[in-house]
Amino acid sequence: MIEVQNLVKRYGGVKAVDHISFTAESGEVVGLLGPNGAGKSTTMNIITGYIGATEGTVLIDGVDILESPKAAKAKIGYLPEQPPLYQDMTVRRWLEFIFDLKKVRLPKKEHVAEVMEIVKISDVADRVIRNLSKGYRQRVGLAGALMGNPPVLILDEPTVGLDPKQIIDIRKLIKSLGKKHTIIFSSHVLSEVSAVCDRIVMINNGKIVADAKTDELSEAVSGSGVLMLEVDGSVSAVRDAIGAVEGVKRVSKGAGQTYTVEYESGCDVRRGIFFALSKAGCPILMMRAGGLTLEESFLKLTQGGED
Amino acid sequence: MTAIIKRELSSYFNSAIGYIVLAVFTFFSGLFFYMYCLLSNTTSMSYVFLSMLMIVVLVIPIITMRSFSEERKQKTDQALLTAPVSLTQMVLGKFLGAFLLYCICNAVYLIYIFILACYNSPDWAVFLTTMLGMLLMGGALIAIDLFISALTESQVIAAVISIGVGLLIYMLDSLSNLISTEWFTNFLHNISFDAHFTNFINGIINLTSVIFFLSVIAIFLFLCVRVFEKRRWS
Repeated sequence: MIEVQNLVKRYGGVKAVDHISFTAESGEVVGLLGPNGAGKSTTMNIITGYIGATEGTVLIDGVDILESPKAAKAKIGYLPEQPPLYQDMTVRRWLEFIFDLKKVRLPKKEHVAEVMEIVKISDVADRVIRNLSKGYRQRVGLAGALMGNPPVLILDEPTVGLDPKQIIDIRKLIKSLGKKHTIIFSSHVLSEVSAVCDRIVMINNGKIVADAKTDELSEAVSGSGVLMLEVDGSVSAVRDAIGAVEGVKRVSKGAGQTYTVEYESGCDVRRGIFFALSKAGCPILMMRAGGLTLEESFLKLTQGGED
Repeated sequence: MTAIIKRELSSYFNSAIGYIVLAVFTFFSGLFFYMYCLLSNTTSMSYVFLSMLMIVVLVIPIITMRSFSEERKQKTDQALLTAPVSLTQMVLGKFLGAFLLYCICNAVYLIYIFILACYNSPDWAVFLTTMLGMLLMGGALIAIDLFISALTESQVIAAVISIGVGLLIYMLDSLSNLISTEWFTNFLHNISFDAHFTNFINGIINLTSVIFFLSVIAIFLFLCVRVFEKRRWS
């Protein structure tokens, strides 16, 4: 479990991180989302003890990273944005070095082999890291983070620079790891975060702008639910019928026969709309939960509602 | 810490650096051995060691230049600084790695002394004190150069500054003669590596000199730790 409380990091007069607080429960995958320069990496560097915070505390399973750094760091596997690999070592040697560095108490050979198997790098085990492709390096870095099975994994943009197949592999891997580990994972790719994470923490300009379960995020951001409809019938009849349903805030006409219905969050208007439209003789051809897409919520939040 | 020492040592021999340093060290010590011992028919190696000082001053920066600067440039220090290892252990590991390579270089003197022993019995006690002096002085230089390497991201800058500082230390004793202010001359003489090292060559284990070199090692390793501490908080 990770608890981040009131984290502040100042560089000179600039606040790179401004009072960030969130928690990640055990077995939860939390996505740290934000545009470039939002403070994601800084936050992660503070959580892992690489840099110190100006204010605030970080607890890893209840252990303060500042007060007992060794105990806290032993619980963390960290994959920085650029995997910290010694170019002159072979993959196996490097993993053995990390194994020794972390003072892991597992059978060495077996554990290294097991981790290489998990991230699928066994085939390059004896190649020098300098000669590996970016995708492999990323996976070797991930293997380093997994060394010793730490309960907490911090992954900083683990899919940047990978090809689509590798991205899907890594996502699957993170998802499966999420069953056993607490994971904080940063990205600026929204679809990725929504595919992998249970919860999303959005950061912009060093501040948290949203913190919600992945499927509730768009509702939390917009403050209302949205339905997308395709209805056969005259526009005015459809508008009137839907508008009369209790809870509906606004009906707007889209392209063709589509309509977007905004309703107060918390109430389910689907049945009401169904009966109202059937009464009006306008058959529903399609109805689905719309909502802001993650992209839209993201833009809305990070641009501060300028549009 | 042992992991870091092991990794440092293996990295010297994964790249050419370890071999080059060994080769340079062996070449010049062999040359001096031939010139001062074999040609002049003596078992005293003091001139060999005195001449090697210059080589040590030039070779140690090559050993230490990439220790911290390259880590920072390649961002591999992130692996070390986020591992359950304290800064002191990390710096000590780096120091001992470089120091062990230096010890391996010095092992070449054993060959020379055994060659001499074939002809006449050399003064073993003096040889041993001199070796102790070589190791202590080398350790002090390594600590200073590691500190310099921790300050910069560029290996070249680290090497150039280290060589400059090394040469300055090498010349301190001669420089002290140019200065007429007495206390300052004394001060320079007291911090001169040359002067302290001469004690060992003469077969004297002077506690002052031993403590002097050990303090230099301790101070600069401590400063090294402070550099990382400061970087973490700025």
